[in-house]
Amino acid sequence: MKSISELEQIRKATLERINLRREDKENEVRVVVGMATCGIAAGARPVMMAFMTEANRRGLSQVTVSQTGCIGMCRYEPMADVYLPGQEKVTYVNLDEEKVRRIVLDHIVNGRPVAEFTIASAQNEINRGNKK
Amino acid sequence: MRDLSLHLMDLVQNSITAGAALIKVSVFQKDDGLLGFMIEDDGCGMDEETREKALSPFGTSRTTRKVGLGIPLTREHALITGGSFDLESKKGQGTSLQAVFNTRHIDCQPLGNLGETLLTLILANPDTPDFVMTLSSEGAQESLDTRQIKEVLGEVPINDPAVVTWLMENINEMLNQTLGGVEK
Repeated sequence: MKSISELEQIRKATLERINLRREDKENEVRVVVGMATCGIAAGARPVMMAFMTEANRRGLSQVTVSQTGCIGMCRYEPMADVYLPGQEKVTYVNLDEEKVRRIVLDHIVNGRPVAEFTIASAQNEINRGNKK
Repeated sequence: MRDLSLHLMDLVQNSITAGAALIKVSVFQKDDGLLGFMIEDDGCGMDEETREKALSPFGTSRTTRKVGLGIPLTREHALITGGSFDLESKKGQGTSLQAVFNTRHIDCQPLGNLGETLLTLILANPDTPDFVMTLSSEGAQESLDTRQIKEVLGEVPINDPAVVTWLMENINEMLNQTLGGVEK
């Protein structure tokens, strides 16, 4: 076990930053990843890690990543919902780490949802007969 | 499910859904090639009928679909290697399960990225439940208790980037000390 005293250091160094984040509550961005059997089997764990590491790497402290169960659309897993303040939720499907990096950059940083990865786009594909 | 670490992750989700406040996860390795994990929670538990149902692929507590594959898949993958699977539960008290795999059997799945499973579980559930994670092999044991970590951190969330780095290093070190550097 690494030393607890090291953790104490981290706490001191982080406290100030935390207070800033708390004041920033209305700018919170929420990412919710489906983590049921279907999601995990399809690769949700690396997807979730990718959201966390990418947000941390870019210093996006307003992003919180959490998990939910199966919402009954297992064929689209791994899935994630992205909630930006003041915007409608966007549901992304068939995710992988590469797509996550694009979503973090285009959607979360720049505010432009990545249309081609959304569930609407996946369903249109099917309607057009391009079976996926 | 492609590896054992994913099975572990999947089954811990059941404990979370059961409203557990504390989940004990342990992974152990024996010199004779047996590898197992145990999950103990203080969630809502199950009566005997529900427990039986949980073992069947056609039983689930969910209403969105009719199948529940987490437990049956893990059980199958354990039994196929000549291992074992035990599920015990008391309604209102909690559930414990143990899956043992014979890693020397040709059909045994690889362990997978156990470190990422443990880390993701902690980070995805920053408030509740708490976890006690224990890794052991014959002659070595390491454990981590999120209650202890949270106590030191105070108001700093456990999923803060700086803490995440600490956790990641800590878990990797635990893995190296016990299961022998299965983590890359």
